[in-house]
Amino acid sequence: MIRWLVGLIGLGLAATGALAANPVMIGVGYLGVAGTRSTLSLVEQPAENDGVAGARLATEDNNTTGKFLNQRFALEERRIKEGEDAVQAATDLAARNGFIIADLPADALLKVADALRERGTLLFNAGAIDERLREADCRANVIHTAPTRAMLADALGQYLVWKQWKRWLLVVGSHDEDRLFADALRRTATRFGAKVVQERSFEDKGGARRTDSGVTLIQRQMPVFTQQAPAYDVLVAADESEVFGAYLPYRTWDPRPVAGSAGLVPRSWDAAQDQWGAIQMQNRFVKLNARRMTALDMQAWTAVRMIGEATSRTSSGDVKKVTDFIKGPDFSVAAFKGTKLTLRDWNLQLRQPILLVDGRMVVSVSPQEGFLHQVSELDTLGYDRPESKCKLK
Amino acid sequence: MLRMWRVGVLSGLALAAAPAHAFIAYVSNEKSNTVSVIDTDSWAVTKTIKVGQRPRGIDFTRDGKFVMVAVGDDDTIQMIDAKTQTVVDSLPSGPDPELFAQDAAGKILYVANENDNTVTVIDLEKRARLGDIQVGVEPEGMTISPDGKTLINTSETTNMAHFIDTSSRQIVANVLVDARPRFAEFKHDASELWVSSEIGGTVSIIDPGKHEVTGKINFEIPGLRKEAIQPVGIGMTKDDKTAFIALGPANRIAVVDTATRKVTKYLLVGQRVWHMAFTPDEKYLLTTNGVSNDVSVIDVAAQKVIKTIQVGELPWGITIAP
Repeated sequence: MIRWLVGLIGLGLAATGALAANPVMIGVGYLGVAGTRSTLSLVEQPAENDGVAGARLATEDNNTTGKFLNQRFALEERRIKEGEDAVQAATDLAARNGFIIADLPADALLKVADALRERGTLLFNAGAIDERLREADCRANVIHTAPTRAMLADALGQYLVWKQWKRWLLVVGSHDEDRLFADALRRTATRFGAKVVQERSFEDKGGARRTDSGVTLIQRQMPVFTQQAPAYDVLVAADESEVFGAYLPYRTWDPRPVAGSAGLVPRSWDAAQDQWGAIQMQNRFVKLNARRMTALDMQAWTAVRMIGEATSRTSSGDVKKVTDFIKGPDFSVAAFKGTKLTLRDWNLQLRQPILLVDGRMVVSVSPQEGFLHQVSELDTLGYDRPESKCKLK
Repeated sequence: MLRMWRVGVLSGLALAAAPAHAFIAYVSNEKSNTVSVIDTDSWAVTKTIKVGQRPRGIDFTRDGKFVMVAVGDDDTIQMIDAKTQTVVDSLPSGPDPELFAQDAAGKILYVANENDNTVTVIDLEKRARLGDIQVGVEPEGMTISPDGKTLINTSETTNMAHFIDTSSRQIVANVLVDARPRFAEFKHDASELWVSSEIGGTVSIIDPGKHEVTGKINFEIPGLRKEAIQPVGIGMTKDDKTAFIALGPANRIAVVDTATRKVTKYLLVGQRVWHMAFTPDEKYLLTTNGVSNDVSVIDVAAQKVIKTIQVGELPWGITIAP
């Protein structure tokens, strides 16, 4: 009897307007690693909430839209501490959230993806730029909003070639990710007709990034390290590990610009980006988080907005329905980059323009004019369909 | 005597060559922080007025005495006296005003404030703020139904056209459209509402009674990639038969037959064409071309671009004296 009454009241509410009914709840988890890593530049030191701050803003944006559609979004953050199991943390998050935004190293991400496959949770890789996650190790339940190393390298390479800076002095760090970025840069040089005139490696011998009188030492070391190079137009640094890249600009033996991991840097986003309506979002972000927006923030924002875009288009919070729509041919999302962003259906990588930034300004945006493609010019960045080794499963 | 006669003939000739009516157009230059004044008789810029920072939305007051221009980075709307062509006053808009709409009587102004998801309501006579209406993320396009009862606001990240009852100031309906809706325009007979989606690349046609999308206009230009087609400004002839749609970085205006909802012609104008305005006699349509820093003049009957006028940097909005 009581249940019948409740049903009647429910019906009455539904009749007076959808807004009165219980909202559709959409849970989004954010899974990251605790702690931040040290950068050479103090101003580039990431905040504790790097990434999740973008997810938080997108959740607010989704909720503003959601109030017209009777949808409510909730964000649950989880940080894995050293020694903690990523799979366990992810499984726990997945119990309450149909979608998870992940900022994890490649191996951890793959373990999580495989563990959550049966459950149907949709993962968004917002942090890892590794090629293999979109190639041999691609997964059907992982969507990538982070660009890949090849996309970043191609974006930079197109500009350097357009600028006629075709002779590159490549300096590579001694860590695995530095070598991977160097691989991507070499591939770019071959694709777009640049030439690596010489390669040098910079050994990480340890040492502090903060010192009292480091600048004097660096000023002596860097010119020596870069002297006696063959004729080159631009020094391209592959230093994802933040060991030496930022020490190079203005300190090379020959007066040459620096690009790659320092100087002119390719990024999915930058705090200086103010075109295509971006200023509104930058303002919203600063207001909410009391700091400026990073590339990782943007990659997480885009992931959460993709979910919101799909729930509003399908007027559903059902994970399966939303996932199918995002992977379908009609999906696109606007992300303040002057063009709609869509998914590469062969590996679920988000197509996106890449900004070239110098820390203060957006210098250019790739793809550059003249780099043509039969499907989308955005596919001139990174591995294209015919080269792909990905088999989604 | 001879000289006097010659002067008389010359000026007579000049008068005869001029169109029957000369109009005055005001163009907001987003980057220069100026408004260019164009005389449609000589098709020349007659004055450049310094305004506040980042001028975009621009419109005449109904009595034709003032030009209102939204200067977003100064968080206000400035009033330009049309006689003296100088800024004389400002209106208490919310933060970052971009586009606005006024009611038929010219008494109430509705302003889209991109920064805080609201539409601000302003009493134009008292120049006082009456209240705010909460809408979606990044409100932009604004228009009022011909009967004055419904205000339309589009929100760029929410991707909706919000229907707002002007008497209660409540949202009565929300219609989803394609990504980044920029501009809304009613047919004069109120039978249809057209909304452009910049990133979606379409124009949605909405039945304002049913609050439903009844059709979409798609654009295809040979040799141009789809992403470059970004519809923004819409102009509708008074007989509602022809619509002109600015396609942004496609550098073209699409001419649409409103009966078949098909594009009949693409007119090549300047780069990144944004907004437009008809002369009151509807002989000409003027478009603002942001990247080439100019205004294109279209002969409406002939559907041809007849002139280009250099203005300030990044021309954005345009209005023509009634």
